[in-house]
Amino acid sequence: MPWNEPGKDKDPWGQRNNDGPPDLDELFKNLRDKFGGLFGGGGKGRIPKVPGGGGSLGGVIGFVVIAMLVVWALTGIYIVDEGWRGVETRFGKRTVVTQAGPHWHMPYPIEDVELINVSDIRTARNNSKMLTSDENIVVMSIEVQYNIKDAQDYVFEIRDPDLTLLQTAETAIREVVGNNDMDLIITEGRAVVGSATKEIMQEILDNYRTGINVVTVNMDEAQPPEEVQDAFEDAIRAREDEQRIINEANAYRNGVVPQARGEGEGLLEQAEAYKTRVIKSAQGETSRFNQLLAEYRQAPEVTRERIYLDTIESVMARSPKVMIDIPNGNNLMFLPLDQLMSGKSSSNTGLQSLSGSDSDTKSLIDEFNSNANRNRSRESRE
Amino acid sequence: MSNIKFGFILILVAGAVLMMSTFIVHERELAIKFKLGEIVEADYEPGLYFQIPIINNVRIFDSRILTMDTPSERFLTAEKKNVIVNSFAKWRIVDPKTFYTATAGDERQAIARMASIINNELKGQIASKNMREVISGERATIMQVVTDNAGVKIRDLGIELIDVRIKKVELPENVSNNVYRRMATERQTVAREFRSRGEEQAKQIRANADRQREEILAEAYRKSEEIRGEGDASAAKTYADSYNQDPEFYSFYRSMKAYDVSFGNNQDMILLSPDSDFYKYFKKAE
Repeated sequence: MPWNEPGKDKDPWGQRNNDGPPDLDELFKNLRDKFGGLFGGGGKGRIPKVPGGGGSLGGVIGFVVIAMLVVWALTGIYIVDEGWRGVETRFGKRTVVTQAGPHWHMPYPIEDVELINVSDIRTARNNSKMLTSDENIVVMSIEVQYNIKDAQDYVFEIRDPDLTLLQTAETAIREVVGNNDMDLIITEGRAVVGSATKEIMQEILDNYRTGINVVTVNMDEAQPPEEVQDAFEDAIRAREDEQRIINEANAYRNGVVPQARGEGEGLLEQAEAYKTRVIKSAQGETSRFNQLLAEYRQAPEVTRERIYLDTIESVMARSPKVMIDIPNGNNLMFLPLDQLMSGKSSSNTGLQSLSGSDSDTKSLIDEFNSNANRNRSRESRE
Repeated sequence: MSNIKFGFILILVAGAVLMMSTFIVHERELAIKFKLGEIVEADYEPGLYFQIPIINNVRIFDSRILTMDTPSERFLTAEKKNVIVNSFAKWRIVDPKTFYTATAGDERQAIARMASIINNELKGQIASKNMREVISGERATIMQVVTDNAGVKIRDLGIELIDVRIKKVELPENVSNNVYRRMATERQTVAREFRSRGEEQAKQIRANADRQREEILAEAYRKSEEIRGEGDASAAKTYADSYNQDPEFYSFYRSMKAYDVSFGNNQDMILLSPDSDFYKYFKKAE
């Protein structure tokens, strides 16, 4: 429903007493002119006859009558405030629309005035469910702001102009919504819906001659009904989810790729290190060899012998050994290798165990020797 | 005194007679003047008029545009779907004489008759259109045709039908629920699509990241092998240059070194024959 309707119930007579002293001569002249226009000369002649009827008392009565007439005439003074219009009627027929300022109309019941606020913006709201062209249901909430462009039309042409505005808003918004798809209406179509509604409303209101001017139609709200709100919100969440999933993947990529680059750099560094190492060791080793070679050439035999003996000595010194004086091995030869090996962890205990069974060892060695001798003799025989 | 009294009475009586013998037709009114129940004058412009008291009487009607709100009613569309339509009509009395004779000057009676006429027209129009046309495309046409057709009939009531406008076009409650369900499933489809599209892109991005990783590592491996190869080649050249000076000595020297290293551990047991060079003085000193 419309509210803040300015001055609808304001009594136009209440304005009158605020006025300053009116120019009485002017008023009477006005009065005479207006009455003259209505009744011809008749009215003019009748009034002076009344005081003529009696003496001093008649004069008093005449004065009272004139005073009453003056007071009656004064009731026609009214002030139109800024932003208001005074719609005057004479015997019910429309005459003029007065602008802001002090005015006088012939007193009631001859003339009358209705004061109408034309500048204040009035507001009406409508909120309801309606069908879109794709047979979906939306909840629309609009706010219509309007003022009055023609005070006479507003007063004379239509009963309940403000109710009419509400009905017009309802039919217009439904027509516009019915012509558009829901997706458009609840998203980027809001402004379009507002202006299309305004246009239709103005056309209808002009057709009815309501004198109302629609200033704006605002769409406060355009959303799916409560019953499907969850699904719509989920769709919006899904849009966010889409972005979130993509962002996560981007984060993964931003993690993996630089890591791989780092790893690759590491491989290169290792390779460089290897390269340097092998080259340097080659250089070192060959340098060592070259120097030795130089000396070797000076005295090949001796150097060779020395190197040989040094090496073998160092090897022999470190390793347990069994000398077998048998040139080609022998099937009969038995070596308790596992025993020998088990004693290896500490060579001392190994030796002790050997020495502990001295006779066995001795016989073993003897056996070796005899075998060796036998083999050798056999070999020499062949 | 009697003169004065008489004067007062005269004025009062004159005033009363004047009041009774005039009537005002306001700008927003129409009037009919009766003479002993018979209509004598019905075509008044706004203004002040005279009548003979008692013999004449006057009925006043509203000349402004009036509103008729029709209650929501259920109609069938061409495809036999139910719709609930709610409209309003704007009308004004243009011929007070006809209006008075047709409705006894009763607005409510006029509204009842207009409502049935308009409803019939609406029913016919909606029955010839399908749902979609009623909601959107044909809405303006329906309103226009109903206004025109009903307007002709309503004219007989002395009324001008200015406009019939559809306000609500709604689906019945149980159908609305189906619409809600459909809307919800449509949204679910959309939501699913959004999420799947996200997954699609995410998978692409991840796969692309993995590919980049593989490529980077493969390239790094290639380069590192190349570098190692350079090292190996350079080392080999160095060795070859050096050892080629005396391959035989190199062979000897390297063997010696190998023996030393390979028998370095005292876990290794050597079985040897005294015939070896190392033992050539073992049996006899020559």
